[in-house]
Amino acid sequence: MSEILLQANQVAKHFGGVKALRDVSLSIRRGEIYGLIGPNGAGKTTFFNCMTGLYIPDGGGFTFDGVALQADAPHRAAELGIARTFQNIRLFGNMTALENVMVGRHVRTKAGVFGAMFLNRATRDEEAAIRQRAIDLLHYVDIADRADDLAKNLSYGDQRRLEIARALATEPKLLCLDEPAAGMNATETEELRLLIEGISKDGTTVLLIEHDVKLVMGLCDRVAVLDYGALVIEDVPAVVQKDQRVIEAYLGA
Amino acid sequence: MKNWLSPKSMTGIALIAIALLVLPHVVGMGGQAWVRILNFAILYVFLALGLNIVVGFAGLLDLGYIAFYAVGAYTWALLASPHFGLHFPVWAILPIGALMACVFGVLLGSPTLKLRGDYLAIVTLGFGEIIRIFLNNLNSPVNITNGPQGITLIDPVKVGDFSFAGTSQIFGLTMTGPEKYYYLLVALALLVIVINVRLQHSRIGRAWQAIREDEIAAKAVGINTRNIKLLAFAMGASFGGIAGGIFSAMQGFVSPESFSLIESIMVLAMVVLGGMGHIPGVILGAVLLTFLPEALRYAVTPVQMALFGKILVDPESLRMLVFGLALVLVMRFKPAGLWPSPERSRELGDKSAEAVK
Repeated sequence: MSEILLQANQVAKHFGGVKALRDVSLSIRRGEIYGLIGPNGAGKTTFFNCMTGLYIPDGGGFTFDGVALQADAPHRAAELGIARTFQNIRLFGNMTALENVMVGRHVRTKAGVFGAMFLNRATRDEEAAIRQRAIDLLHYVDIADRADDLAKNLSYGDQRRLEIARALATEPKLLCLDEPAAGMNATETEELRLLIEGISKDGTTVLLIEHDVKLVMGLCDRVAVLDYGALVIEDVPAVVQKDQRVIEAYLGA
Repeated sequence: MKNWLSPKSMTGIALIAIALLVLPHVVGMGGQAWVRILNFAILYVFLALGLNIVVGFAGLLDLGYIAFYAVGAYTWALLASPHFGLHFPVWAILPIGALMACVFGVLLGSPTLKLRGDYLAIVTLGFGEIIRIFLNNLNSPVNITNGPQGITLIDPVKVGDFSFAGTSQIFGLTMTGPEKYYYLLVALALLVIVINVRLQHSRIGRAWQAIREDEIAAKAVGINTRNIKLLAFAMGASFGGIAGGIFSAMQGFVSPESFSLIESIMVLAMVVLGGMGHIPGVILGAVLLTFLPEALRYAVTPVQMALFGKILVDPESLRMLVFGLALVLVMRFKPAGLWPSPERSRELGDKSAEAVK
């Protein structure tokens, strides 16, 4: 097993004349919390979408856990162990919180139509296991008391947590969080920080896109900075914070 | 999970069973025509439940659903009639019919996977019409479907020597053809309902709902949306195919005009009016929308005679007028359907609660 979990090789993506990503190469190591920051429009989410298969990159590609990621096959990415949340929360609004997490188990379970029709022992056992695991995950993110509420009726912070629980249900090797602290107050952000730390301690590698510089610098082992679709620097927070280009592009001025 | 063995639910089940058993004899007092209508109501329950998988569960608007009914009906008609001189047994034709419809479901599904909402509706509508027009014209150069004349003398459902057509004696009881079909249909309907309920609460059912709610998020959690959508089309189509087969056998005659666009719209109306995605609601919708027009057919003339002493409006047009009005009223005051799922009514609850006041 190599130390590198995800390797991006010269990933490029443009929308018409706009170059959203210019040959971005970076590597995420197993077990770390990796931060990806940059000003609005720097290409962070585009990078995410290319990686998780929602966009087809115009150049370059990704190697995940030794396997080349196939473009335009988001479900394959999830199968391989990449889970993600969305910047603007995307839950299954009219399903309960529990059901949302149960859907997350889809990729790791296999009951088909005939199993559902005949409801044989294997299917029933699997279904019970799915439910149990989902309940456990709701406890893990601390929203078990909202299990039977519709996802859309949850508070904003709980929705963020639910999305993380749903992503964790797919048993990811790499959990990608797209601005999880957006719109949160200081207390909520602090709780979120603890949650992410916990996830990391439990052995999942975390990729974090974030605007909240304080959160990223305090939490991440390594940080990459994007600006105008190009990688500015990739290093430990202490170095990144002092880098002149980063200060110009993002932190200062 | 409900406890099926509690005394309360046992009594409920027993009452429903008795009601289902005596229903054709009660309805039959008004003439065998009503038993036939009853049978059609159950066939429509089949169809509505099948369409509910596609529209209600997976959220894919399908306006050509009746095409699968047609495929099932013609499969039966061609394999069990003098037209080709084939007389397959029922246990062979029903699965073949379901399979044929399933294949057509996938055929329709695969090119339309990227479409959503209105666009999908238009394409499926076109597909439904294509099937009907094919059936209408496939009588030359090789006569396959016998064109607009349709296929006659189709075999009834037969199990061994027992035929479901015509009157016969069972345990000393005289049973007419429609009554026998009724019991067959009820048995099949119960099976279909059980399958539907199980599908809804399965891994696959949740995946369908997830796609309906947010396709991108569904992809991101690893659902192969292409396959799961195709599965919805295939499952829905299979139910339609089975219903079509029974229809064909029951009528003894099929022609393309039974599968017009209005039929597709009717079945969709049953699903929407009853409560999309909610199985009891869909059943209610199917039964109501089959009986209501028929009841109006019988009521319109006498009511006019009693009120005005003569017939002012042609019964047929007034019937559809009243029917249309009823639909509009239901959609205005119960936007989630007559019997929506608890979730759906919560979703639209505020609006309909206000409207009722």
